[in-house]
Amino acid sequence: MEFDWSVIEDALPALLGGARLTILITVVGLAGGLVVGFLAGLMRAYGNTILNAIAFAYIELIRGTPIVVQVMFIYFALPMLADIRVNPMTAAITAIVVNAGAYIAEIVRGSFLSVHKGLKEAGLALGLPMWKVLVYIIGPVAFRRMIPPLGNQFIVSLKDTSLFIVIGVGELTRQGQEIMAANFRAVEIWTAVAILYLIMTGTLTLILRVTERRMRML
Amino acid sequence: MSIVEFRKVTKTFGEVVVLREVDLSINAGEVVVLIGPSGSGKSTLLRCINALEEINGGDLVVDDISVLSGRSQVRVIRQEAGMVFQQFNLFPQMTALENVAFGPRRVRGLSKAEATEQAKALLQKVGLADRGHHYPSELSGGQQQRVAIARALAVKPKLMLFDEPTSALDPELRHEVLRVMQALAEEGMTMIVVTHEMAFARQVGTRLIFMEDGKISVDGDPATLLKNSENPRLREFLQHVH
Ligand SMILES: Nc1ncnc2c1ncn2[C@@H]1O[C@H](COP(=O)(O)OP(=O)(O)OP(=O)(O)O)[C@@H](O)[C@H]1O
Ligand SMILES: [Mg+2]
Repeated sequence: MEFDWSVIEDALPALLGGARLTILITVVGLAGGLVVGFLAGLMRAYGNTILNAIAFAYIELIRGTPIVVQVMFIYFALPMLADIRVNPMTAAITAIVVNAGAYIAEIVRGSFLSVHKGLKEAGLALGLPMWKVLVYIIGPVAFRRMIPPLGNQFIVSLKDTSLFIVIGVGELTRQGQEIMAANFRAVEIWTAVAILYLIMTGTLTLILRVTERRMRML
Repeated sequence: MSIVEFRKVTKTFGEVVVLREVDLSINAGEVVVLIGPSGSGKSTLLRCINALEEINGGDLVVDDISVLSGRSQVRVIRQEAGMVFQQFNLFPQMTALENVAFGPRRVRGLSKAEATEQAKALLQKVGLADRGHHYPSELSGGQQQRVAIARALAVKPKLMLFDEPTSALDPELRHEVLRVMQALAEEGMTMIVVTHEMAFARQVGTRLIFMEDGKISVDGDPATLLKNSENPRLREFLQHVH
């Protein structure tokens, strides 16, 4: 079998359209996931018993179920349970928010708690309220430690968007699948799809490396 | 007028009783040196004063405010009582200057310029005017501890608490920290110092307290006690630290 470059050339506009959706879902989903993750992580680390239990239940629920099941639930089950109509795009983004949020919560909790407790005491001893200690002292130290595991999670979430093929979101993998079904050029199409994913994850890795290098690690 | 007043203070960690109905009154201007065997409760006593540890019984009044009077009052106490830790605990993401300017900015609400100006003066005072732009990791232990003293002073406390400020330092670096502490005492700062530096106790201390098993067992003039104490366990203890 010969590798036919023209197949890729023809497929490229559609694949790039898919990649654009993949990026959109990832970026919006991770932005939400960071908010949820910080909230849940801080609740786990510093919340009272009730907040801690809520965050714990959420994290365990998400980590204990596959993301495909989660997105199916959001897309198919939620409309039946509550009267919420969701389009595939919303379901996909919500799935990333909820899923990445749980993993990010563990990263946030771990890195905040890894900061030497003497720093917290030094901050409190100056007469600061706890929230200022978290924002100005522990947060900046913890944040630096978060970057490598966060980068890892970003890449995982980006690749997880390919699973949303099951609800028919036209992201990169779905586009590849559709073109392949029409022309049966599996080698060319999946090679092109793989390379596009590599370009996206590679860019992400590069951004994280640069950020990491620019910050003094503590 | 006492600035620190322990009234039958009890502190427990679970089953362990660490302070047993401690009564203690410290006046402004005193330099109290606190000694005692490991685990006798010295650090705990110090940390109760600025409410880093919550007391379980009795009352503890610092500058007319009880440590039991709620969060915002506790923050006022902490601003009145600066603390210096054995492990320095400088903020690693900030330069020496930023460490010292931090309290005035975030606690006292000074502008950045004002806080920095003040911080420079304080670094000068502890002999580190030329180290302002270094990060803690770029400073020696003795330098870090002097920055930590400046950081605590920046909030303008009325009272300073030192928990073994020189114990983590190599012997040759200790004197630079002790000198700064002595200068502070000579300015009239009220100080409570947990230390094994008996020379400091003799020369700078105005009062020596020996703790044993959560209680104050000896309390008196440092020179007298160090020369000739009637308490056999204090004599024994002093033989070991000398
Ligand atoms: N956070 C804590 N949780 C449980 N027990 C504690 C805690 N802090 C201190 N203790 C216990 O309280 C007792 C007194 O401790 P403290 O640190 O006050 O002693 P110390 O006199 O400062 O000793 P050292 O000279 O070793 O510093 C010890 O038995 C210690 O194990
Ligand atoms: Mg101690």
